[in-house]
This record gives sequence, structure tokens and C-alpha cells, in this order.
Amino acid sequence: MSFLSRTLAVASKDLRSEIRSKESINASVAFALVILLLFSFAFDPTSDQVREIAGGLLWLVFAFAGTLILNRSFARELVNDCLDALLASPVSGAQLFLGKTIANFVILMVVELLSMPVFTIFYNVHWTQSIWLLFVVMLLGTWGLTVIGTLFSAMTVNLRLRELMLPMLVYPMMIPALMGAIQLSTVLVAGDPVGADNQIWFRLLVAFDVIFTLLSLAFVETVLVG
Amino acid sequence: MSAVAIQGVWKYFGDYPALKDISFDVEAGSCLALLGRNGAGKTTLLRILAGLSRSSKGEITILGKDARAEDTRRAVSVLGHGIGVYEELSAFENLRLFGRLYGLENPSQIAVEWLERTGLGRVRDGLVREFSRGMRQRLAVARAFLHNPSLLILDEPFTALDDRAIKMLQDLLRAALADGRTVIMSTHQLREALELATDVALINRGKLAFRGPRTQEMLEDPTWLYRHYGEA
Amino acid sequence: MRTKLIILFSVLAGGLLAWNLHTIFLKVPDEASQGAIFRVFYFHFPAAVTSFSCFFVAMFSGLIYLRTRNLRYDAAAAAINEVAFTFALITLITGMIWGRIIWGIWWAWDPRITSYFICLLMYFGYFMMRRAIDEPHRRARLSAVLAVLASVDIVIVWKSIEWFRTQHPGPVLEIRGGGGMAPGMEAPLFWNVLAFLMLETALILVRMRQQSIQSEIESLRRYAHAF
Repeated sequence: MSFLSRTLAVASKDLRSEIRSKESINASVAFALVILLLFSFAFDPTSDQVREIAGGLLWLVFAFAGTLILNRSFARELVNDCLDALLASPVSGAQLFLGKTIANFVILMVVELLSMPVFTIFYNVHWTQSIWLLFVVMLLGTWGLTVIGTLFSAMTVNLRLRELMLPMLVYPMMIPALMGAIQLSTVLVAGDPVGADNQIWFRLLVAFDVIFTLLSLAFVETVLVG
Repeated sequence: MSAVAIQGVWKYFGDYPALKDISFDVEAGSCLALLGRNGAGKTTLLRILAGLSRSSKGEITILGKDARAEDTRRAVSVLGHGIGVYEELSAFENLRLFGRLYGLENPSQIAVEWLERTGLGRVRDGLVREFSRGMRQRLAVARAFLHNPSLLILDEPFTALDDRAIKMLQDLLRAALADGRTVIMSTHQLREALELATDVALINRGKLAFRGPRTQEMLEDPTWLYRHYGEA
Repeated sequence: MRTKLIILFSVLAGGLLAWNLHTIFLKVPDEASQGAIFRVFYFHFPAAVTSFSCFFVAMFSGLIYLRTRNLRYDAAAAAINEVAFTFALITLITGMIWGRIIWGIWWAWDPRITSYFICLLMYFGYFMMRRAIDEPHRRARLSAVLAVLASVDIVIVWKSIEWFRTQHPGPVLEIRGGGGMAPGMEAPLFWNVLAFLMLETALILVRMRQQSIQSEIESLRRYAHAF
């Protein structure tokens, strides 16, 4: 039980800090809105063709906005040498990592849910029942994003050029998860049911999430301490 | 059994040896003052003892176990250069967080107790980001003592403390030592540290230049060690 | 000793390549449907296969570093990845040349070329990260972890892009074409794989020697600055 309680202590610490300072959330939501706006200049939002790429647009927005949050994740521990205080405590690397991933996941989900109404309005999307399935896709895709992003945040925490390195490392690695999420989102935005040939994307998302969560848990201690 | 046993420890950064063949023991209940010039390797050694970094070669046993073992970390306290508390949390929330991380039974209660003991009772719900420097240091000390550690590892703890905070820390350390706990501290504040120390070790360019009990001579002339065993 | 190995491999590689070039350009006839350009396949395929396997070998070398903490394994991993990156680039470029001649387009988002491109991006990040870390053991540690993640991801990327393209078919730059190759045409292919492997080994050994000299210089520099 103490595994869970320590993990949650870390997660709630991050969330509490974020709620008070709101630095990541504000920047992230603002960024998301700006991107949605810029995309509307690049593509005519009213045309039918946009429906086809709407899923892709949505996840690009989430991925870019997410990077802002993920960059801060371990970086915020450098202030006052808090990272050392955490590592010296009985918290294991896995608990620390999982706690932070959960916190990042929640924050990113909030950003995404705040962006959704804007997206719906800009691109004239008609949601029917597909909204619930879309929510599931968001959960799976966002978890993949946050797991990888949090691990790389840990890897780049002491690096020069951290803000540049994190996106460069994370985006290529995210591609399978983004692909799956985009495919499913596009289908759902168009209002079509998710057919048999699209179910492979669900499986891909789940497999991606499981594999990279396990890999991250296995390597996080090595990354943080040595 | 020694509280800390260091055996043949080397630390390389690439090909550069920051620590060379360090071996010594620290008895339980003693207070070791770790001296050395800047760059001698004190912080490197303390970080290894604290489990924050790995030695390249050699063995370290803390309270009978490996430095990274969970049991060890639960019984050890580390106070480094940074204060190790979160700006966006209140004093109480910070202590409660660390209480939870250290697996304490009543983190909230213990947090309140330590806030009182370090004179921060009145600002318990104030955010650290609004604290003065002195208040932050007191909170850092509270964090270090709160889980009743058997071993305290302090890296230059007296630096930048005002006189009242120095006295508070000295009192707390004295009480801990009287309670049979072990203290290892590196320091430049020779006077304050040597008053508390029972033992002394001097590191010079990565090597152990001296290891022995703290004598009256050292207390009266704090630079004695450097003159006799340090570099010119 | 290492110098002798380097020379040995280089000579063997050089000789084999020369003989292969002779075979490929003079002995082997033009391929039935594609013509002369098909010869690029004799370089494209070995480059693809060898670079791909090199990435995995490098991953294992990194894992061995994590186990032993011996920096030589990290040096090996980095050198192998560098050479693999170069040959992956060759794969991409030869593929593009072929595509240009056959299909008239420089680029098509087909599964293989896209996967290779993503692979190159990931390892580009790997090299960037290595450059950003000065301390050798930290660099080795993080590189090893990154290499594992990248190698696992390559496999996932490969499969997922294949699925993607089954649903959104586009031009397939399948150089091999139909059923297989005529018997006489296959032999130079495998000889070239061997030649490439030897060339890569030689290059890796050269790179490793450069790295050990570099690290010696760095530590001397650090030593000098400490006093």
C-alpha cells in the first residue's frame, strides 16, 4: 500500500503546485488556442476536407501543448535542489516517475478538455455518441504522450539546451501513438463507427502504452541516479 | 558496528579521479566534521553517502546496508546546498509531504510539531515562496530532522545561516547526538562545526589526508588541521 | 593490434567491394522490368539490412555498458550507431534515387522510407543528446537508455506505418518487384552485404579509436584545469 501512497503523494504535490502557480496550464492552453487559430488560417475550417484532417490537427495541438507541460515536469524539481531531496528519500524511481506521470496526465487532460470546445466550434464538428469513444482515445493517447514525455523530462533534466532537446527526442518516438490516436480521432470526428480495420489502432495504442510504461519504469532509476 | 563504513572508494568523472581510495569508518553516535578546500571532493563524497550518486569503485555501507536501500534512505537525512523544499507549497504541506514520503505514521501531526520546534508555527500555511531566507533555512532543517533519522548528512549546513538559526541547528544536533544518532557534516565554518565534532577528517585533492578524533588543539586553532595536513 | 584489424577489414572490404562493383556493373544483365537502375538495389538492400541490424547491436552494447559500467561498450555503441546512421542515410538516398527514376518522384510516404526517416530522426536526437552531455558516464548511461527506447520504437513504428499504409495505399517503393530475383542475380547481393559489413566494421573500429583518443584529451584537459 505504501507504493501507492508515495506515488500519490508525489502526484498530489505536483498537482497542488500546478494549481497554485498555473504556469504550465496557462501557457499550454494559450499555446493550444493559438495553434488552433493558426491552423484555421492554413486550412479553410469550413470545407469538408478539413474533416479528414481534423483528427490529425487535434492531436498535433495536444502534442505541442503537451510538450510545454512535460518540459517543466522534472525541471521544476531543480529549484532548491528538491530533486536531490526526493532521491535521498525512500521514494523509489518508479514511484517518483509514476507520480509525476499521473500528475502530467491529469494536467494535459485538463488542457485537452479545455481545447475541445474551441476545436468543436472552429471546425464545426458534430458530436454524437462518438464523444465517449473519443474520450477513451484521448485517455489512451494522452497516457502514451505523458509516459514518454515524463521519462524524457527525467533524462533531459540536467542537460544543456533542455527545452530544445525534449521535443526533438519525444516527437519521433511518439509517432506510433500519435498515428493511432489520429486515425481513431479522424474516424470519430467524421461520425463514422470504428470498424474492424480501425480496431488495430486501439490495440496499437494500448500496446504502446503498456510497452513504454514498463520500459520507463524499468529504466527510470538508471536515468535519475545511475 | 560503525554507522558508516567506507572502503576503497574511488569516483571518476571520465578519466579524472575526484575521489581516490577513500577509506574510513564513522562510529555510531559520533559527529564527524569533514574538512577540505573547495574542490577537494567533500560534496562528491557526501553525495555518494547520501545515495545520490554512485561510486566508481569501492564499498559503502550505511547502517549495515547499501546506501540506496530503502531502509537506509528512511533512516538517513540529507541537507545539501539547496533547501529542498517546494516554493509553491506551504511550510506545513512541505513537511507533511516529506513525512508521507518517509512513511511516518502521523505526517500531519509531526509536521506541526516540527514547525513549532523550528519557530515556524505562526507561518505554517504561508507559501515558501513568500518566506525570508532565514525562514526557509529553518524549514529545511525541520525537513531534515522530521523523520527521526539515525544518520544525518549535512553539506555545509552553517553557511548562510544567521546567528539564531546557527544556534537552533547546533541545539538540534546536540540533542540528536545525545540520542545516539550519527552526524557527518562538511563545513567551512570551522568553529561551529568543531564545537560539535567528536571526530575530524580532512580531504585534500580527493585523498584522505587526516582522520582522527577532534582535539582541543583543533578547537582552539581551527586552521591547525589545514596547516599540518592540508596543502600549502 | 587494433590498427592491424582496421587494415585487415578495410582491405577485405575494399577488395570485395571492388570485385562486387565489377560483377554488378559488368557481369549482371539489366533487370527485366526495371532496367539498369535496378543495380541500385545491390547497394540499397545491403545498406538497409546492415544498418538496421547495427542499431540493434548498438542497443545491446549499451545494455552491456549498463551492466558492466565499462565505457568501452559505450564507445562501441556510439560508433556502431554512427555508422548505422550513415548507412541508413545511404539507404534512404539510394531509395530516393530509385524512386525518382522509376516513379518520377523523389519522395513517397511509403512504409519503408517513412520508417527509415523516423529512425534517422530518432538517432539524430541520440547524437544531439550525446553532444549535450560532457560527463562520460552520464552520457553513456542516458545513451544506453535512449538506444533501447529507440530500438523498441523502430519496431513499433515499422509495423504501425505498414498498417497505416494498408489503409491508405500509396505508391509502394518496392524495389524488389515481383516474385524474386533470377538465380544468377542474387549472389552479388549477398556478397555486397558481406562487403558492407566489413566496411562498417572497419569504420566502427576507426571511430572507436578516435573516441578513445578524444576522451584521453578531455581528461587531460580536465586534469590540467583542476590545478
